[in-house]
Amino acid sequence: MSGIPSIQLGPIDWTILVLYFSFVVGIGVVLKRGMKSSTDFFLSGRAIPAWIAGLAFLSANLGAQEVMGMAASGAKYGMMTAHFYWVGAVPAMVFVGVFMMPFYYGSKARSVPEYLKLRYDEKTRTFNAFSFAIMTVFSSGISMYAMAKLLNLLLGWNFNVSLWISAAIVLAYIFLGGLTSAIYNEVMQFFLIVLGFAPLVFLGLKDCGGWTGLVQRLNLVAGSSHNLQGQAYAGGAWVSTWRHMGTPGANPMGVEWFGMAMGLGFVLSFGYWCTDFLVVQRAMVAENETAARKVPLIAAVPKMLFPFLVILPGMIAIGLTYKSGQTGFALPVKGASYDYDMTIPLMLKHYFPTGLLGLGLTALMASFMSGMAGNVTAFNTVWTYDIYQSHIAKDKSDSHYLWMGRMATVGGILLSILTAYMAVHFNNIMDMLQLIFAFVNAPLFATFLLGMFWKRTTGHGAFFGLLSGTAAAALHHGLTVPIGAESLFKGGWIGHVLHVYPSEMAQNFWTAIWSWSTCFIVTILISLATRRTKSDEELRGLVYSLTERHAEGHLPWYKRPLYLGALILLVALVLNILFA
Amino acid sequence: MNFDLRLPIGLLFSILGVLLSVFGLLTPAELYRKSLGLNMNLWCGALILVFGAVMLGFALRARRAEMK
Repeated sequence: MSGIPSIQLGPIDWTILVLYFSFVVGIGVVLKRGMKSSTDFFLSGRAIPAWIAGLAFLSANLGAQEVMGMAASGAKYGMMTAHFYWVGAVPAMVFVGVFMMPFYYGSKARSVPEYLKLRYDEKTRTFNAFSFAIMTVFSSGISMYAMAKLLNLLLGWNFNVSLWISAAIVLAYIFLGGLTSAIYNEVMQFFLIVLGFAPLVFLGLKDCGGWTGLVQRLNLVAGSSHNLQGQAYAGGAWVSTWRHMGTPGANPMGVEWFGMAMGLGFVLSFGYWCTDFLVVQRAMVAENETAARKVPLIAAVPKMLFPFLVILPGMIAIGLTYKSGQTGFALPVKGASYDYDMTIPLMLKHYFPTGLLGLGLTALMASFMSGMAGNVTAFNTVWTYDIYQSHIAKDKSDSHYLWMGRMATVGGILLSILTAYMAVHFNNIMDMLQLIFAFVNAPLFATFLLGMFWKRTTGHGAFFGLLSGTAAAALHHGLTVPIGAESLFKGGWIGHVLHVYPSEMAQNFWTAIWSWSTCFIVTILISLATRRTKSDEELRGLVYSLTERHAEGHLPWYKRPLYLGALILLVALVLNILFA
Repeated sequence: MNFDLRLPIGLLFSILGVLLSVFGLLTPAELYRKSLGLNMNLWCGALILVFGAVMLGFALRARRAEMK
């Protein structure tokens, strides 16, 4: 690769790197003594304090691809990227904490698919368990691949060696300490990311001449051909979130407000935060129900502030690139646009002296690895409880399932490595898989919403609703294309194009909207046409109207999830207005 | 049995903080030309040390309360 000179690590950087990862593995070693039952291994003995589970809830989603991707989007689209946080995450996190956690936690389900089994039936659970298990292995593999590739590019490390060593570290600490190990390391990684990236934002802003200086630069970027997007935008396009969303053509993201609010803010975000076992698992292991409800709320607070840590560096990078003669920082050009993905590593290299550089790179590697670990822990639980125990070996001893969990950890990591090598050779297969998962995931939230709040929803309704939602997503994707689409993976594979979207993102949002609505309607229709198979008694604790609320009146307001949630939403609203 | 996470966090970040700030004290100013002339190792190291020490403090206080 040209334009990206490699980084030389000094002895101090190596010391930091080695120190951090010895702590990571050390935590696993110490935790091993406590791993006596499968509940310890898969559910951390349901004894994690709310603040730890909360930071892990946030951190499990904070893989390095997220961090680097958000910085890339910050450079490409500017402040609008914050929609992924203030609209596309915080409301859903409040909802899952306040309204859904009582059913997940109260039902004592050990996984999200198991909730589907309790609420609906075996086929709905199995469908969800399989698609989820494959998806986790796939994401973990992609994460490993991305890390090994980056380390090769940046530090000149051998791809195979980085891949196998990182896999070995992740395997060691999960094999020994199970979910607790993963959660503890996610919390450490959270602090490392914050402490490692905050200096980057500080130095970058200082270099731009503070916030005012940055805004001046970005206004020039927006109005010039310098944004390399083939079009000039209104002055404030890079520093506002809502002002330029009237039409897709007015903002660099190419989406309009309704598609954004419904597609991202409702379907995609609630689908992810409320039903994805990877994050929900972190709340399920809290020490009691009130703590479990507080987990997503605690996570929502730093989540609101993260745009300033991960999006701002991207905005700074493009602002600096505009007049690179002054500071010497410029994003490299790749093809017809900038190499946005390299924003964070290049800024680390540009600003950080040896020492701090070691800290920044360790933070980046740690978040790649916890991205893998999060997926592997979700995989081993779903495999052991929802596939192995329910279909392959039913009535075994608890120690047998604990053993299976450890084997599933090894298996999950080997499959991830396989996926990483697949990604090296067949880029198209990866694109296709990613697309299929998007189709499977888009309708899920309708199934959960109806299941939790309408007792009449039946197993057949849920199952066929999910299938038709997935089919609707595939159909919508096959009949539309984004402008300038070159491959069939971008859409239009049915051959007959009904609609052309102004951007890929707009197409994604609308695919999600169609899929969710189809699932919602079909589930209702089939439920009305089929007989209920579960009595009110069986649905107690699983459905809103049949579950008695825990009295929380004795708690002061700041300990009650409902009030906390409302407060968080208010703050998110203020942020939206301030940066509108 | 899960142990108090604040202990390893406090320990790790205290060590990192000491490492960085001592390294910052020992290195010449020209190393910091790229970080706009600021000795970032010293400053960030100090900040990280404070964070680590606070975590350690919490962990030790909790342990003492438990013993009583």
